[in-house]
Amino acid sequence: MLRVENLKKYFPVQKSALEVLLSRRRDFIRAVDGVSFEMKRGEVLSLVGESGCGKTTTGRIIVGLERPTGGKIYFKDREISSLSEEEQRKMKKYIQMVFQDPYASLNPRMKVGEHLVESLTIHGIAGNEEAKEIAMSMLDRVGLPGEQFYNRMPYQLSGGQRQRVAIARAMILKPEFVVADEPVSMIDVSLRAAILDLLMSFKEEYNLSMLFITHDLSVARIVGDRIAVMYLGKIMEMGKTREVIHNPKHPYTAALLSSVPSFLKKERRVEIIGDIANPIDIPSGCRYHPRCPFAREKCKKEEPELVCEEHSFACHFPLEGGF
Amino acid sequence: MLLDIENLTTIFRTRRGVVRAVDNVSISIKKGEFVSIVGESGCGKSTLAHSVMKLIDHPGEILGGKITFDGLDLLSLSDEEMRKIRGDKIGMVFQNPMTSLDPLEKVGDQISETIMEHMNVTKKEAWQMAREMLEKVGLQPERVDSYPHQLSGGQRQRVMIAMAISLNPKLLIADEPTTALDVIVQEKIMDFLEDMKREGRAVILITHDFALAAERSDRIAVMYAGWLVEMGDAEALTNDPLHPYTKGLIQSVPDVWMDKEIKPLPGFPPDLINPPEGCRFRPRCPNASEMCMREPPEVEVDGRVVKCWLYG
Repeated sequence: MLRVENLKKYFPVQKSALEVLLSRRRDFIRAVDGVSFEMKRGEVLSLVGESGCGKTTTGRIIVGLERPTGGKIYFKDREISSLSEEEQRKMKKYIQMVFQDPYASLNPRMKVGEHLVESLTIHGIAGNEEAKEIAMSMLDRVGLPGEQFYNRMPYQLSGGQRQRVAIARAMILKPEFVVADEPVSMIDVSLRAAILDLLMSFKEEYNLSMLFITHDLSVARIVGDRIAVMYLGKIMEMGKTREVIHNPKHPYTAALLSSVPSFLKKERRVEIIGDIANPIDIPSGCRYHPRCPFAREKCKKEEPELVCEEHSFACHFPLEGGF
Repeated sequence: MLLDIENLTTIFRTRRGVVRAVDNVSISIKKGEFVSIVGESGCGKSTLAHSVMKLIDHPGEILGGKITFDGLDLLSLSDEEMRKIRGDKIGMVFQNPMTSLDPLEKVGDQISETIMEHMNVTKKEAWQMAREMLEKVGLQPERVDSYPHQLSGGQRQRVMIAMAISLNPKLLIADEPTTALDVIVQEKIMDFLEDMKREGRAVILITHDFALAAERSDRIAVMYAGWLVEMGDAEALTNDPLHPYTKGLIQSVPDVWMDKEIKPLPGFPPDLINPPEGCRFRPRCPNASEMCMREPPEVEVDGRVVKCWLYG
């Protein structure tokens, strides 16, 4: 369904004119630094990591909101990262995104229903009349009765309701692939489960594939078939959800897991040292080594490869014994 | 008791009517105790914290009740006396550190100004204390020379905590201190709050994250629509919740280690201008009965406070 090969995105660092004159080197933030993965039809992959790890940028490149610096993306065996703008617009019908912030993703001057109608008419799926009908039933479907909600303005809705509108807008095109970027992180806890249920019901109905971006491993546990853990622009570990959670191999995955609040008492804690490194100046060898309590000499010099197997990890000295 | 909140009611007068944001709530906290107040947004948990600090501005008003802190009746204190208590005796950390820090001033200046306002020390001494405080919260002392924009969200929040504890308060109130932060930074901040508790201070954590509260607190108070619906020992309350709302809330949140069925809570919290008659949780409650058309009593069951007719 989707294949990402060695994807890279470097952002040039903004500098003052004087700094540019004085230095010969151009600095880049290496937000995504060689990411590869594949996804099957109907599969959910959770992309997990701290803020600044490049997970959102990866998602934005896939839906075409950013151009990659390097690497390739294949959607149903067609290379989509170098399409013309016109062709990319057509792809949007198949690849949709649900954003994190429901307060920023809706147009404050547009009625709720118009967001959905616009989505349909832009892609030439329906004329105005028909689009309105489809929009009404879609609103019903996401739990916002069309009769009541079609004419409301975004400011009249709660965060959870806005996110339902955003989901309706993405799903009304019957996409085959959806990037969901932290869709519940800004929503009240008690409403999160309902929003996740809604997303998953569309996944079942359309048999769509979903890249679910989250920093919350407890959410990843319930939505994802597989988990990929990202750190400083690279995937550190990837595998079946249960396997990664109960038998993490990479010390970073283990540290993330031990810092997630849980109702169960923690039996094992894996430390993490200091703060995330600067993505302009990525550490030598294993990029995680300055924060890793198990780092040895080899980790400073040699970058470990992500061995591609069912449960893959990029670590010279993987952990033994699970959680 | 270090802090004793008795029958506190805080209201907001809006054009549409009166919102009883905190309605007749009583909670007390001992020295060296870590208490979490848990609930959805709009449940009144932040208003409760702000009431303790007497930071309720117009159109809000503390309508009734009594707050006793360290033997002092806070509601009868003058603004000037209250200003001394804030910072000096009670420190507070807010959710969004960027809005509470001055973007144009160095972190060190901001911390040392707070210190100099309350303590009789020289500028140089205050600056040295600021360095020590930063080190205490896990930042490099050289960060005194940084401006807020040069720090990450987690670092800013730690600066806020350094500021809140710089005067050695007996009580620290943290209002969703880690909501915008990553789990790794969150864990470090929570470890630090637990250290505060071990030093014999009291900590109140306001949070919507039940698992976080369960993991860190001695006691948990659950609020719903301005009411305190359940309060008790953290472990007992999480393992065996009594109030249907507490049960529903725990069932609705996923847990990284547990195989459990996630059940969304049906419906939404009520409009507090026109709250439902009787029990405020009635429209969402799976156990609602005829009885619930009347306001439930607050009863004690096995050392736990529950506001529900099931136990009344």
